[in-house]
Amino acid sequence: MPRIVLLWTDAALFLLLAGVLLYAWRARRSPSVRGAWARVARDTPAMCAAVVLVAFALVGLLDSIHYRPLLPPAPGAAADAPRAYAPAVRSVLDALMDGSGLASPEKTYSAPLATRQFTKETVLDGGEPVREFPRLAFGGAHLADPDAPRAADVLGRLAAGLGAGLAAALAAGALAAALLARRHGSWRQAAGAIARGRTELPWRAMWLTLALLCLAAGALAGLASGYHPFGTDRTGNDVLWQALKSVRTALVIGSLTTLAMMPPAIVFGIAAGYFKGRIDDVIQYLYTTLTSIPGVLLIAACVLMMQVYIDGNPGAFPTSAERADLRLFLLCLILGLTGWAGLCRLLRAETLKLRELEYVQAARAFGVSHLRIMRRHLLPNVMHIVLITGVLEFSGLVLYEAVLSYLGIGVDPTMNSFGSMIDMARLEMSRDPMIWWNLATAFLFMLALVLAANLFSDAVRDAFDPRTRKFAPGAPVAGGPALAGAPLPADASAKGGA
Amino acid sequence: MTAYIVRRVLYGLLILVGVNLFTFVLFFAVNTPDDMARLSIGGQRVSPEAIERWKAERGYDKPLFYNPQAQGAARLTDTIFYERSVPLLAMDFGSSDGGRDIGREIRSRIGPSLALALPSFALGLFASVAFALTLVYFRATRLDFWGVVACVVLLSISGLFYIIAGQWLFAKVLRLVPYSGFAPGLDMARFLLLPVLVAVISRLGPEARFYRTLFLEEIGKDYVRTARAKGLAERVVLFRHVLRNAMLPILTGTVSAIPLLFMGSLIAESFFGIPGLGSYTIDAINAQDFSIVRAMVFLGSALYIAGLILADISYTLADPRVRFE
Repeated sequence: MPRIVLLWTDAALFLLLAGVLLYAWRARRSPSVRGAWARVARDTPAMCAAVVLVAFALVGLLDSIHYRPLLPPAPGAAADAPRAYAPAVRSVLDALMDGSGLASPEKTYSAPLATRQFTKETVLDGGEPVREFPRLAFGGAHLADPDAPRAADVLGRLAAGLGAGLAAALAAGALAAALLARRHGSWRQAAGAIARGRTELPWRAMWLTLALLCLAAGALAGLASGYHPFGTDRTGNDVLWQALKSVRTALVIGSLTTLAMMPPAIVFGIAAGYFKGRIDDVIQYLYTTLTSIPGVLLIAACVLMMQVYIDGNPGAFPTSAERADLRLFLLCLILGLTGWAGLCRLLRAETLKLRELEYVQAARAFGVSHLRIMRRHLLPNVMHIVLITGVLEFSGLVLYEAVLSYLGIGVDPTMNSFGSMIDMARLEMSRDPMIWWNLATAFLFMLALVLAANLFSDAVRDAFDPRTRKFAPGAPVAGGPALAGAPLPADASAKGGA
Repeated sequence: MTAYIVRRVLYGLLILVGVNLFTFVLFFAVNTPDDMARLSIGGQRVSPEAIERWKAERGYDKPLFYNPQAQGAARLTDTIFYERSVPLLAMDFGSSDGGRDIGREIRSRIGPSLALALPSFALGLFASVAFALTLVYFRATRLDFWGVVACVVLLSISGLFYIIAGQWLFAKVLRLVPYSGFAPGLDMARFLLLPVLVAVISRLGPEARFYRTLFLEEIGKDYVRTARAKGLAERVVLFRHVLRNAMLPILTGTVSAIPLLFMGSLIAESFFGIPGLGSYTIDAINAQDFSIVRAMVFLGSALYIAGLILADISYTLADPRVRFE
């Protein structure tokens, strides 16, 4: 029995999952919230994006169940010797990928679907040293002659993978039809309605997205049975494996940071708007000071401080994965604690408006306590802002992680992330012949994840916010986050005016 | 109005004091002066005497906030905090831990930074507004739809990809511009062409989409219908009526960003090897040069506050309905 290891971010992710489920359960009972989500569900691009996001989340969650495998007992050990566990932490995703090309490292660079290494090495050929491209340990190892045309072998594996993907997609379609059978009379009619796009929710588009995902996953799995489908990187790790592991890092950064910035933003925002006066002044001073410090420098200072702590307490972390994980967790906290000002400002403005409404005045006249007014009457009515900001922040944070990792203040260097993949690709692009597969894979995965998140968050914003314009995203981090012009405090400019 | 500006400036000063205190605490929690000395001198085995000498040379051998050995007001002024913070308020940055004059360094690096930031900013704003106006002109057509799709795709791509792809395409494959580097004078244009282009493209997606929603909201208003009813051409309606009214929210966003242009762009400058303030900051972070980073934090905060004040003023100038109280 392997020993389950619960890392900090694992615990946070599963708590987050529980929180989402709890929210879904509560949202079902509230007609207005349910109506807004129903509007999201009728939006075709949003639901296709949701399918992609669920797939990414699945990969991330599988990669979040960590364990240390039990080592076989040492030869000659006593029967009651304590059981020994491997020092390296593995995840369920690693176990799923065992045996394929993804989990079989090479020595160094190799191109996609290659059978020989990218760089030359001196090998002994019958006692004579010869410079040549050595064969890969895994890629094409089953082939008798690595230099013969291998299109037939590749196409065979590809076809098998595509077939399996198609079967999975068809099974999913049948399942959807079976689920819709009651509403449409029989499953036959339900399948017809899906095929013609006559269902209330965009089932046909969702099924097509899922089918594409299944086909892509099937094709990659088929190729990975004998080759490295996206090649290997400098240390010989499979690039596709790295991209899959990076998904979890991106998800953790995006979701935990959003979560970490909510408590200060909600507490301070509502308090400032509700109490006004001196408390408002202090809170405004606090967040103006925080926003006026260039973001990257603030994060850099915090990350350096964290690094000093981690370096100073090496004994606190049994495995390197735990150390890297704590660094990721603290990075999320730092990003959250330096980034709550924007949401706080929005909440303050909304609360200032709400507190003058009659129902709040009535509650105050009845002698309801401040805390209770804020919790029962104000918080539920500003939750839509929190939700919209949360989903909008997500994609920006995934992109931000790449920038921070490039600057050396992001995740731990031993942790897979899109940022470190891009960082390595800088030098690889200037080599000749060029090593493009690392960057291309990172690009592909990141684009899919961020695009899906953007499409979904747009639909959520449209559904929950009647005045869409107000929450249009500010300029994200493209030109260096120091330049990302935060929106102005509207109160200062509009004072007494229109 | 003068009273209002004076009040805002005073508030800005108060915030700068807060920033100063905050960064001081943050940075001294990161590194004690002993750590800095060890890092700066290098090597594992540094003699205590060398550390003391290093600290004494740079004035780090004093207490942090309160000096009980001194007399009178010197108890507060003869400390690291006072000596390092108060001159900043007069824009006197002192010397870096490496011993060079920060103020002089900033003055020599601000030129290249601006040479990159100003064209990027102006062209980027122009391109985004022009693209958004085109989409609005062709609203509810296929062109509009695919334009918005293009915007969403553009904003889903990390800025780093634009830089790497631009360098690969224009410098390596087409050999039109150099990979990176910088030269003063007219040669500058050759080096700046690619960074500016990359900056414009990476800003296009989010900004054009944002401006498009602003324009579309404006176009649904009554005065636009009146203008059309008068028989004005669509071109005149868009440029004279919609653009000018929609400029107000655009103005607040952009004017506040102008002072921050002086800080340069961290990523672009380090990728393209431009010796500006952005790459200066990155080098300082990597070398853990406490003094430079603190000077840059202070400069950035001051410019940010200046941007806020400028935005408020520009808002009143542009919109006669807004009055200061």
